[in-house]
Amino acid sequence: MSLLEINGLTRRFGGLIAVNDFNIELGEHEVVALIGPNGAGKTTVFNLISGFYQPSEGSIRFKGKDTRGLRPHQVTALGVARTFQGIRLWSEMDVLDNIRIAQHYRLGYSLLDCFLRTKNYMTREKEIDRIAWELLEAMDLKEFAHELPRNLPYGVQRRVEIARAMSVQPALLLLDEPAAGLNSADVEELIKLVRWIHERFNVTIWMIEHQMTVVMSLCSRIKVVDFGTTIADGTPEEIQSNPTVIKAYLGDDTI
Amino acid sequence: MQKKVFTIGLFACIVALVALAQFHLLDDYYLSVIMFMGVNVILAASLNLVNGYMGEFSCGHGGFMCVGAYVSSLCTVLMFSKNQMLGAPLLPPQLAFIGLPIALFIGSMAAAVAGLVVAIPSFKTRGDYLAIITLAANYIVISAINNMEFVGGPRGFMGMSATVRDMENMIDLPWMLIFVLLGMVFTIWILRRFVSSTLGKGVPAICQDEIAAEIMSVDTNHMKLIAFMLSSGLAGLAGGLYAHVLGYVNPQSFDIMRSTEVMVMVYLGGMGSLSGAAIAAVSYTVLMEALRFLDVWKWVVIPLLLILLMQFRPEGLMGNRELSDFFPKLRKYYSFK
Amino acid sequence: MEIFQNILNALQFGSFYALIALGYTLVYGVLRLINFAHGDIFMVGAYIAYFLAVTLIGATGGFNVGLHVSPAVALAITVPVTMILTALVGVTLERTAYRPLRRKGANRLYVVITALMAGLVLENGNLALLGATRKRFPDLIDKVVWNIGGVAVTNLKVVVIVAAIIVFAMLQFIVTRTKIGMAMRGISYDKFAIPLMGIPLDTIIVVTFVLGSGMAGLAGILFAMSYPILEPYMGALIGWKAFIAAVVGGIGDIRGAIVGGFLLGFIEIGVVAVFPSTLRDLFAFSVLLIILWLRPTGLFGVAETTKI
Repeated sequence: MSLLEINGLTRRFGGLIAVNDFNIELGEHEVVALIGPNGAGKTTVFNLISGFYQPSEGSIRFKGKDTRGLRPHQVTALGVARTFQGIRLWSEMDVLDNIRIAQHYRLGYSLLDCFLRTKNYMTREKEIDRIAWELLEAMDLKEFAHELPRNLPYGVQRRVEIARAMSVQPALLLLDEPAAGLNSADVEELIKLVRWIHERFNVTIWMIEHQMTVVMSLCSRIKVVDFGTTIADGTPEEIQSNPTVIKAYLGDDTI
Repeated sequence: MQKKVFTIGLFACIVALVALAQFHLLDDYYLSVIMFMGVNVILAASLNLVNGYMGEFSCGHGGFMCVGAYVSSLCTVLMFSKNQMLGAPLLPPQLAFIGLPIALFIGSMAAAVAGLVVAIPSFKTRGDYLAIITLAANYIVISAINNMEFVGGPRGFMGMSATVRDMENMIDLPWMLIFVLLGMVFTIWILRRFVSSTLGKGVPAICQDEIAAEIMSVDTNHMKLIAFMLSSGLAGLAGGLYAHVLGYVNPQSFDIMRSTEVMVMVYLGGMGSLSGAAIAAVSYTVLMEALRFLDVWKWVVIPLLLILLMQFRPEGLMGNRELSDFFPKLRKYYSFK
Repeated sequence: MEIFQNILNALQFGSFYALIALGYTLVYGVLRLINFAHGDIFMVGAYIAYFLAVTLIGATGGFNVGLHVSPAVALAITVPVTMILTALVGVTLERTAYRPLRRKGANRLYVVITALMAGLVLENGNLALLGATRKRFPDLIDKVVWNIGGVAVTNLKVVVIVAAIIVFAMLQFIVTRTKIGMAMRGISYDKFAIPLMGIPLDTIIVVTFVLGSGMAGLAGILFAMSYPILEPYMGALIGWKAFIAAVVGGIGDIRGAIVGGFLLGFIEIGVVAVFPSTLRDLFAFSVLLIILWLRPTGLFGVAETTKI
């Protein structure tokens, strides 16, 4: 059974069709890219999956469960985590707290537990702490645990954001332009990191990315959209030589 | 062990204060100032949860205080005093010890429920529009009470002192002082436990980036519900205590002016700092009393001071830091976060 | 007939709310700042009008400079001068309190607190300086009552309603049709891009405050003429109410302020016509709250969309 199944997904904003009849099926342990020119509706697809928008038509099934009508936090609780195009960390709380809070859906204690500091509360908080530290350790962020995100270099902030998404313990990780604004050294590191996360956590990764180095070295499948419509789907080699894709990116051969 | 020093010290202070009051070493004026201080600490700390930690702009805290004050007063008057409208006391005076805490609890619960009026719209809207909703809620509470004849309408409501007198007749202690101090400790204790837990940290997460919070699995509606209801519930507790300290309440004492006062305390202390709110509430009360000689000019001087504060130190006395951030040694005795 | 009388009264009351709400909306529309002091600027306007009027007609209570002009002339002078002076108060407030904060790039919240405190300073400063005794505004025009089919129409009511409509039309024109109006709308979208486009930010903001406070001054005169008892706290409640009216209409939108203002007028008069008058505020605020529950951004407001 596939992990994520999207059928005929359409989203209209007034008269504008941002996403038109989008279909995809993601299996477990895949790494897939979604590419396309700016404004093609890529982020909208992610927003639809994470429940930030509701689809106008079509269905989204995650682990066989229809996610339409769920609120974003409920979708996340099912095991979909994501990062954002512009970094959206909680900038006034330290890195450790950022990672802890993303475990909100499996706190496992009630408000009353919290007031009374019951045994349940203590063990749960310890568990949350342990997972957070493990993740920081694994992602080489331990030294920044008590820093505020806004004081960290951009590349590290990206890493923190990915770590935060991973603390959800997702089955599907959506990365929205993870390499945007990174220099070439950082990009190399990002590629290594994503590959490592993929191996280590056995997670399906779906990314929106413009930098072809990242896409080509990580992804086994690429989907290309333009004006909300899918124009190509295939392996990196197929995409590279696809005339429609070249046209969408470079325009007609009028030069 | 060292962590206990703080708790022991705190209780020693409370016992000392009570003893001072008991042996009349503290005259009534100072006693009432201390009690108002306690009420103000509860108000400022509870509003801080919404205005500081959650970053909303609630300007109707007085309304929730009013609900708490009237509901708990109604309870004690029903139970322990004779009232023209409400008839003879229902319970013997010996039960006042249980009656007052229960009345305060019911008042807080009623105020928490009233908090729903603000919490539910906060799911969909925030910022300025929510501010207006809180403002309207404040006005609605005041004018509703003004129109309730059985609690005296605009003339006010009294009879609460009978309960306090009942308690003092049984055991001669300054009971209201004890209740106010306990209420204050309870408020700080409950709020500190909340904001320092991973659950409670969802609240500042909403403040700093609501979309990220929701997508990172924080149930933002649930968190807003908790924050608003906890905040208004504690305001209700403050209201109940205030009513029983004074023995008399009228709707005007909970109007927009009161809400403004509480906001002043929160911003004076610094948003998102519990010790800041407490320090600000205490210093504000002292300032108000110290400037009494200015008479009408007091209300010109205090806003001017605050305008200057906003110009030169807008983050308040403490910013979002706690006492322990300034004096790291304190951490040995008490964990602030 | 009573219903027509009520409609007329509602229109009159709505006009006051609308005039004050316009000031809130203008400033909010440009600066995204709730100018909580605006209700008190209205009060200051009424007091300025009072002092001008009594001084001009030589009644007691003003500055005795030996003037004894006729009430009609006094009115002709009072109206523009009050508007100018009130505008000056508004601009002074902007200059001394809001602008430094804006320059520092302070959090909007601090500006709101400052506004709230400035309102208190105006209210209580007035109380401290002039005392708690109420002032009686002199009669500047002879009251004429026309009886139209059983409805008592006073000339003052007509003036108030007409003034509100004219002011609305004028502001709508300025904001939507003139260059300065375009700049005002531009600032609300992007405060940082506006100076880069060569538009003097501070000038536009001053113009906004002049317009808003001037209208509050006008409302002050008209209110003082209709209800000639002045006291320092007169601006607080009516100001809050007008503000809520502006929000219900959709704050930042001039049509919204007018619609919200008149709506509030009609609700209040409607409640009083059916229920005891003590329930007026309760109903008015409850209705407004329900409207905001249903339409969180007000009647004309557009929801801000967040992009992620």
